Amino acid sequence: MTTAGFSMRPAGARQEPELLPDDARIDLNADEAAAKARAVLADFDRDTVGLTAVKRRLAEIAALLLVSRARTRFGLSASKPSLHMSFTGGPGTGKTTVAMRIAEMLHALGYLRTPRVVAVTRDDLVGQFIGHTAPKTKEAIARAAGGVLFIDEAYYLHRPENERDYGQEAIEILLQEMESERGSLVVVFAGYADRMEKFLSSNPGLSSRVAHHIRFDDYSHDELVRIAELMLSRDSYSFTPDARAAFDAYVDLRMAMPRFANARSIRNALERCRLRQAIRLAALREPIGLAELTTLTAADVRGSSVFAQAG
Amino acid sequence: MYLRHGAFSYLPELTDDEIAAQVRYALDNGWPVSVEYTDDPHPRNVYWDMWGLPMFDLTEPDAVVREIQDCRAAFPQHYVRVLAYDARLGRQTTALSFLVQRPAHEPGFRLVRTEAHDRVQRYSFQPYATEAPTGARYAAP
Repeated sequence: MTTAGFSMRPAGARQEPELLPDDARIDLNADEAAAKARAVLADFDRDTVGLTAVKRRLAEIAALLLVSRARTRFGLSASKPSLHMSFTGGPGTGKTTVAMRIAEMLHALGYLRTPRVVAVTRDDLVGQFIGHTAPKTKEAIARAAGGVLFIDEAYYLHRPENERDYGQEAIEILLQEMESERGSLVVVFAGYADRMEKFLSSNPGLSSRVAHHIRFDDYSHDELVRIAELMLSRDSYSFTPDARAAFDAYVDLRMAMPRFANARSIRNALERCRLRQAIRLAALREPIGLAELTTLTAADVRGSSVFAQAG
Repeated sequence: MYLRHGAFSYLPELTDDEIAAQVRYALDNGWPVSVEYTDDPHPRNVYWDMWGLPMFDLTEPDAVVREIQDCRAAFPQHYVRVLAYDARLGRQTTALSFLVQRPAHEPGFRLVRTEAHDRVQRYSFQPYATEAPTGARYAAP
């Protein structure tokens, strides 16, 4: 499968392999692109917790593209599979992170020219007066060309209560772009599940062009604790056993509170734990070593206002 | 007469893919690219009309090629050129400029001789195309 659009680079231009005879046998997994894509998927699997549905979907897409590459090598017609997606899920469930991974994977498989993700919201696409929207949307598309255009909270593009809202214009331009044969852009619409549902069903043209709907489930309590430990180990921190128990309790309390944003809340909680640890260490009047610098104690966790509110 | 104007003018006409590759080279160097058009072929004419604004913050040439195609569709019988501007201190000049469209028929230039003082001859040349007012030049033959 060739990359759409202009893949000409003077140096290192890939030579198209010649067509294979009808009786040739090829090993799909011996493809170097397959190895790269597998590496991306394996990394993703290692770095993230949960998201099983998402991982399965990614593996499916990778397989589809591999088969499509193999078909091209036999000279079979291979229309570019459409890979525009919608990501639905609560806040902090990893939609943006997954978009980056998908961009890497599609780049490894030669579907995209760059592994770049351009994240935009309504304000970047929709103008404030007549004739302002089209240039803005086109500019966003131009910046994302060859990569992924990630539209966060996409349902704001469509405001059914306002007849003359310019969001519709932005949607139409996006649709044109998603239609075009030469288009080398993957558009990802992201947002909360219930509102995305409404948004897509109100735009029949849109829902028919978005081939992959990926659902991001909220994390369970145990997954959130695992995420916390992953985040800490990435920054070379760790909980003492007491601190871990305290954090367990913290997650329980926090999940019941309003505006809980899954992994994002966890990240913020850890930031504040580290802050409390820093204050505690700075107040010590004695020399400290590596162990003190890298461990968070129960006191660092218990200092959170969440515990105070819960009584 | 075939006007030699800007870079690559002695090469065969560039295809869209080749234009895209040149644009990519400009973008890779961090030069914003713009598209301009005119129907005055005089080599001293520096006042070309801008087709939209210069395109900043691009990394891929798709958008530029689309603008070129739009410009060609709007002005099928004009000269269209692509400019890349190098804004670095010490350079701050056009780094690359080449034609991506020319009229189907280019009538060329007339040599004009003027008598000056003491039997001195002054020479200038005028494009035949500019005898018609702008906008009415290069009508399809």
